[in-house]
Amino acid sequence: MQQIFNFFIKNSTKLLFLLLLLISFAFIIRTHTFHRSSFISSANGVTGYVYENVNDLKEYMHLKSENDALVLENAYLKTIVYNNLTDKDSLEIAKLQPSETDEYSILVAKVIRNSFNTKENYLTIKGGSKQGIQKDLGVINSNGVIGIIEKSSNNYSTVQSILNVKSKINAKIKGSNHFGTLEWDGKNTGYVNLTDIPRLAEIYKGDTIVTGGISKIFPENIPIGVIEKAYTTASSNYFTISVRLFNDMTNLGYVYIIKNNYVEEINTLEEGLEDE
Amino acid sequence: MNSIVLSNIGRFITLLLVQVLIFNNIDLFGSINPFPYILFIILYPSSGNKALLYLTSFLLGLAVDMFINSAGIHAAASLILAFARPMILKFSFGISYQYHNLNILKKVTKDIFNSLEVFSYISISILVHNITLFALELFRFSFVLEILSRTIITMITTLLCSVLIIYLIKPSKK
Repeated sequence: MQQIFNFFIKNSTKLLFLLLLLISFAFIIRTHTFHRSSFISSANGVTGYVYENVNDLKEYMHLKSENDALVLENAYLKTIVYNNLTDKDSLEIAKLQPSETDEYSILVAKVIRNSFNTKENYLTIKGGSKQGIQKDLGVINSNGVIGIIEKSSNNYSTVQSILNVKSKINAKIKGSNHFGTLEWDGKNTGYVNLTDIPRLAEIYKGDTIVTGGISKIFPENIPIGVIEKAYTTASSNYFTISVRLFNDMTNLGYVYIIKNNYVEEINTLEEGLEDE
Repeated sequence: MNSIVLSNIGRFITLLLVQVLIFNNIDLFGSINPFPYILFIILYPSSGNKALLYLTSFLLGLAVDMFINSAGIHAAASLILAFARPMILKFSFGISYQYHNLNILKKVTKDIFNSLEVFSYISISILVHNITLFALELFRFSFVLEILSRTIITMITTLLCSVLIIYLIKPSKK
């Protein structure tokens, strides 16, 4: 017993080194699984606070362009509203309120940090569980899909960007029902790849890619990008399509978070199926 | 508390902030960021407590990891650099560095441009740190050539930035 204690005391520095090394490897290995370790993430109070303050400074530079984008989007939405609901006048439209039975509710959040230079890119947004943001909600902006919430603390959340080699999003060609998986190859921030589209599908350069309907995270028909080129190998029955994103992922301001109000109902239903 | 402890605490915080607020936003060629925060480990007193160095470099790396969501790879790389530091010191300054009570900060800041010893010490330290980073990133992904080329450019830019920072904090000649 004495000798064991002596050994520990004599080698305490080396043992400390090994212990710390083991901890850091544990962190690295844990990220191989889908859900990241809860400790090493920028969704905590300290990093969130720092990024928020830095972002306040940066925001001043983009106020004008941000405003222009919002006005344009407003105009676009007004066009849709006035042209579609002909039996209502504009006063009635102004009175329309989101009801509690709506399938989706939309939350808004500000991007306080955006990364696009690594293979696994994450965004940090201001808004967390206090605002109702939780894991696995979809994140979009007026141009299209941005990513999926990975983790949220009280006031901040991290978003797994569409530019993340781990990201897999269900997508389809607009107007058809050919579904595929949207992945990033880690190379260009303007392009992602759509795989598993069968060779039978008729595709043309410039076709729009939108989110598919079989995901619980995104509603159907949210724009993603346009087809840039498609290629296939002789032995494969599927296309690999290079998609040019509508979004400039290097320049993001405000984002919308889509919350499916029935997701719990769907989940319990599906769990019930598995149990039987 | 004496001034060495205070100046090390100050260096820890300053380098972390500079790394996170400035150097992580450089994005040279789209994706290259230098990592001069390891200057903390390089400039740590040679006779200082080893356990404390391990602990602080682990924490420094972990803090950098938290800010860039990179899951422990900087913590591991900093720790390994801290572990390898006595060997690098021995290699660069000769076996007798321990007995001469070498003041690294003074030596490095004074002789940065005219001593091969100091230059080899800094560049080997950066090499060790970056190769560990490279190996760990390779372990997570499989983009061999791209990660290799990125590591080499990161190494060069880190070296440039580190030399620049040392030159800036150099006490003026009297």
